[in-house]
Amino acid sequence: MAGKTLYDKLWESHVVHEEADGTCLIYIDRHLVHEVTSPQAFEGLRMAGRKPWRNSSIVANPDHNTPTKDWDKGIEDPISRLQVETLDNNIKEFGALVYFPFKNKDQGIIHVIGPENGTTLPGMTVVCGDSHTSTHGAFGALAHGIGTSEVEHVLATQTLVAKKSKSMLVRVDGKLGKGVTAKDVALAIIGKIGTAGGTGYAIEFGGEVIRGLSMEGRMTLCNMAIEAGARAGLVAPDEKTAAYLEGRLHAPKGDNWTKAVAYWNTLSSDADATFDTVVVLNGAEIAPQVTWGTSPEQVLPIGSTVPDPAKEADATKRTSIENALKYMGLTANTPIEQIQLDKIFIGSCTNSRIEDLRAAASVAKGKKVASNIKLAMVVPGSGQVKRQAEAEGLDKIFIEAGFEWREPGCSMCLAMNSDRLSPGERCASTSNRNFEGRQGPGGRTHLVSPEMAAAAAIAGHFVDVRSA
Amino acid sequence: MKAFTTLNGLVCPLDRANVDTDAIIPKQFLKSIKRSGFGPYLFDEWRYTNYGEPGMDCSTRPLNPDFVLNQPRYQGAQVLLARDNFGCGSSREHAPWAIEDQGFRVIIAPSFADIFFNNCYKNGILPIVASAEQVDTLFKECFANEGYKLNVDLEAQTVTTPSGQSFSFDITPTRKHNLLNGLDEIGLTLQHADKIKAFEEKHQAAQPWLFA
Repeated sequence: MAGKTLYDKLWESHVVHEEADGTCLIYIDRHLVHEVTSPQAFEGLRMAGRKPWRNSSIVANPDHNTPTKDWDKGIEDPISRLQVETLDNNIKEFGALVYFPFKNKDQGIIHVIGPENGTTLPGMTVVCGDSHTSTHGAFGALAHGIGTSEVEHVLATQTLVAKKSKSMLVRVDGKLGKGVTAKDVALAIIGKIGTAGGTGYAIEFGGEVIRGLSMEGRMTLCNMAIEAGARAGLVAPDEKTAAYLEGRLHAPKGDNWTKAVAYWNTLSSDADATFDTVVVLNGAEIAPQVTWGTSPEQVLPIGSTVPDPAKEADATKRTSIENALKYMGLTANTPIEQIQLDKIFIGSCTNSRIEDLRAAASVAKGKKVASNIKLAMVVPGSGQVKRQAEAEGLDKIFIEAGFEWREPGCSMCLAMNSDRLSPGERCASTSNRNFEGRQGPGGRTHLVSPEMAAAAAIAGHFVDVRSA
Repeated sequence: MKAFTTLNGLVCPLDRANVDTDAIIPKQFLKSIKRSGFGPYLFDEWRYTNYGEPGMDCSTRPLNPDFVLNQPRYQGAQVLLARDNFGCGSSREHAPWAIEDQGFRVIIAPSFADIFFNNCYKNGILPIVASAEQVDTLFKECFANEGYKLNVDLEAQTVTTPSGQSFSFDITPTRKHNLLNGLDEIGLTLQHADKIKAFEEKHQAAQPWLFA
């Protein structure tokens, strides 16, 4: 019998019940909750007279609507405020293991606070009404984004109705060059397999490059698995995983720690496991990436030119390129390095952790944001990240260079609060989606790594951070 | 959930690949704490020429005449015809809520994003995966024939065109049963409450740190 993949092991250890057609009830260990996708779920629970099955599985925190400056003024938009207050009230009524209300010192992006408080652990199933739940797969946890009906289902039953996905191994061999990051690896993978390449799959990331990534880097990579269409991304836990978790607030302690680590050591794909699909990349060939279009798959290495739709044979793809160029205000064959920028956003659940901020700061140190940049902002992922960055003096580096140093939250990744692009504005962003209107109606988003965003802020246009 | 059995519905062709849920329902409308009322904001940035805000009266907003949903021949459409990777991006269930609220009950595309696909079933919407060639044919026929309708039969798992051409589609027996009968999934799952409890006890004994 063939060996098991990591995904097989995680799946099989959580099946509560299986129907004849393979539809399963999967037990959920951790339920992350934010204000946008939960109010209707709690309301449904209330209307049916139900209670959460296990409220100690819940880790909650508002993040999408919260402002990133002038916290003393509260949340000015009354609709946003009501949504955040609704979460406060729901948690008060139904309970949670962890709740950081707006302005709490540890509040942050849900996918940042989960891991940093040790509430995401290897071997867990983790869900959240948020597609970027795939982030937590970095720990060897099976982590899915779910819809609001499913949020209610998990609240009421501690299970999710699901069918097993196919398995894909994305192996990145060799070593990354200087200035090439987990974000570039993620974008290069999406460029290769497409935004639907992972649809129906759980992707395990393996190979020398992945083993070499820090936990922050692995989170960035798994975060972007959803942009490749996969609901889940996975990295097998190892000594880096344990080192990251040890001593964190809700990580196991004492005897439980020893037992947990012993169990986590079994969580990797067997040598003879087979995958439905295997994709291989050579890390040494990956250059810093920049998206030029309105889908994350519309990405190219820095040094390229914007594509020419006339050279595309497939009609649907040609139309997509034409639509994207029109929306992005770009002319075919323009060198990416000549694209001038208006705003810079460093943050989001993809790239707002301490390592991301250190990397961006190392590029910005002693330099100044270019005069054509109207706003360059750094939004740390959580209160903990912010304090750590300030203890290291990163805030001063950013402020001296001309960046704004903000309070934690999702911010201009999706522009639900007041941080947004104006129509036609062009942004180098460390977030995860360059969809039309994502960062504000008419806004134009180019996805890059923190280093590339910082280098672009200094130059005023894209540059190759390796020679910046 | 609303049951779905059969539908003979007008088709609206949305000829774009990778339509994401940000396009289906932009973020500003996600501030609502309700499940209903999203229909008028469906595809808001493509549909109107001004910026939409929650609570706006959409009947007086300037329409984009080029957008397919605004064309007179597609008014009242119940079947949305789409291209690859429909519903990608954010997990927001507001997307199927808006689609359903607008009056669509069926979406046909060569492929769907996973989370969106799942969310459809929770809201009485039938997402049908058809081959790229089949979808291409439907687009052509739909553009060529005003009043183009498709007949969708969930029990038989078939889609029939006005000329009588028919193709079948896949759906898991569990989803089919739940959709045909409009069943409440939570109620069904809670019939397994003893099994969930038994699993939980075993799981806790093996990994007590998960329950700390």
